[in-house]
Amino acid sequence: MPKLEDLFKVVKSRMSEDEEKSEKKSTVKIPDDLLFKCPRCGGVMFMDDFTGASKVCGSCGYHARLTVEERLRITIDEGSLTEYDANLISGDPIGFEGYPEKLRELREKTGLKDAVVTGECRIRNKPCVIAVMDTRFMMASMGSAVGEKIARAFERATEKGLPVVLFAASGGARMQEGIVSLMQMAKTSAAVARHSDAGLLYITVLTDPTTGGVNASFASLGDIIIAEPKVLIGFAGRRVIEDTIKQRLPDDFQSAEFLLEHGFVDMIVPRKNIRRTLSRLIRLHTKEAVR
Amino acid sequence: MSLSASERIAIIHNKARPTISDYIPLLFDEFCELHGDRLYRDDPAILGGLANFRGMPVTVIAQVKGRNLEENKKSNFAMPHPEGYRKALRLARQAEKFHRPVVCFIDTPGAFCGIAAEERGQGEAIARNLLEFFRLKTPVISIVLGEGSSGGALALGVCDELAMLENAVYTVISPRGCASILWKDASREKEAAERLRITAGDLSELGICDAIIPEPAGGAHNNPQQTAENISGYLYQALQKFMQKEVAILLESRYNKFRKIGEFLETPGPEA
Repeated sequence: MPKLEDLFKVVKSRMSEDEEKSEKKSTVKIPDDLLFKCPRCGGVMFMDDFTGASKVCGSCGYHARLTVEERLRITIDEGSLTEYDANLISGDPIGFEGYPEKLRELREKTGLKDAVVTGECRIRNKPCVIAVMDTRFMMASMGSAVGEKIARAFERATEKGLPVVLFAASGGARMQEGIVSLMQMAKTSAAVARHSDAGLLYITVLTDPTTGGVNASFASLGDIIIAEPKVLIGFAGRRVIEDTIKQRLPDDFQSAEFLLEHGFVDMIVPRKNIRRTLSRLIRLHTKEAVR
Repeated sequence: MSLSASERIAIIHNKARPTISDYIPLLFDEFCELHGDRLYRDDPAILGGLANFRGMPVTVIAQVKGRNLEENKKSNFAMPHPEGYRKALRLARQAEKFHRPVVCFIDTPGAFCGIAAEERGQGEAIARNLLEFFRLKTPVISIVLGEGSSGGALALGVCDELAMLENAVYTVISPRGCASILWKDASREKEAAERLRITAGDLSELGICDAIIPEPAGGAHNNPQQTAENISGYLYQALQKFMQKEVAILLESRYNKFRKIGEFLETPGPEA
């Protein structure tokens, strides 16, 4: 039987957390590049240790966001990438004030053209089409460029008979592209359907965060769905839900572990094992005769 | 008559605006409701069933706005849970089996945002519908009756032809949500409504809406009968057109209808 006081433990720890937060605001400011403070557990580590550990929190195992370059470095065979549509950028379909400037600014700042990089590569010598989303570009929201590049990647994979490995991360639709952004959900799902109908393998790896319109389209349509530990995965934003139901959500709500428990991901794979897992899954989908 | 997006929103939020419950007896000679997703429960936010449209059996799938608080409580203000989308898919597949056309009526502020919806995979349910509706070997017509908001609307929106009532809006996010995220000021919702380009006219210009169904002066509530006749007239010619199409051609043009949406540029090399 759980004791009554246990019921309040979580509340207590949260209250103390809140206190801590307000206290910390008044203390000395630590430069951002020296320490990593985990957004999940609040644990602190030296930035060098954190980056040395492929950006995994040493205390809770939260897998922090990676840039496209970092992701490719730990995932694909070195130098094996042939990028698709490297110069494709979003237009301004609904003439949204300030949007073209915002895009230009981000392209200069991040060196990215938009929020996804696609191409052909090898993972432990197995050829595949890869797509990697990068949250530095407008929270990896999906506009015309993301939708078009992903649709083309699936179409090329279908033509060439290749599997697709997709690292998803996104805040959702890109509202600066209005309804055109929403329609990218349908467009990408259509391309996934054709790839699937050709009998080809599609693996999605859900990384931090995979939410909104991307969660409700291609990210949830893999034959095999992998998630990184502790990452946030869900349709609706946490705050939106809290506002709707007027109560605070449990901490593990919409975590990778929560999704595994509820049957929406096949497995949780730590970053250090991802290459091995992907190559194994691709190998298990090759058609070999029984010896 | 050119109204602003906010003026149209005011019309569709009019308490007397007809809902699917008003239209069904006006549009169809018979209606037989079918319940449940066969997996978890029946979601009253989505209505499904068989109907007789001018002699032709059709499958109807619709989001249910209530006409009063009591009805709205029952139908959760037309905000479906995953089981609602799964019921829609079940009925769409059933329609496919009997080569019956599917008519979807969109009228929702969005998919429900709550604990249970997340536990049961709201994102997965919507994604699954998007994918499976592209495979459906029977015509699908979607009609936006009032508001179509976000992925929760699109889950009934993968179709061969999209029609909107004249005052209906279809948007990626509610103008209020957009204003509060983008400018941290929900009170700028009217401004957001104009900028997001959400009216039937906007969507026609953007090549997303294929037909605008006229409403009586002042809005559908001024004459539900006339509005239903207009919907019926549209539906009749759309079904005539799509029922004659060969399945392979139907699926190819459904793919292309969505495949072409988007505006992008391909710049050679680094930009100046």
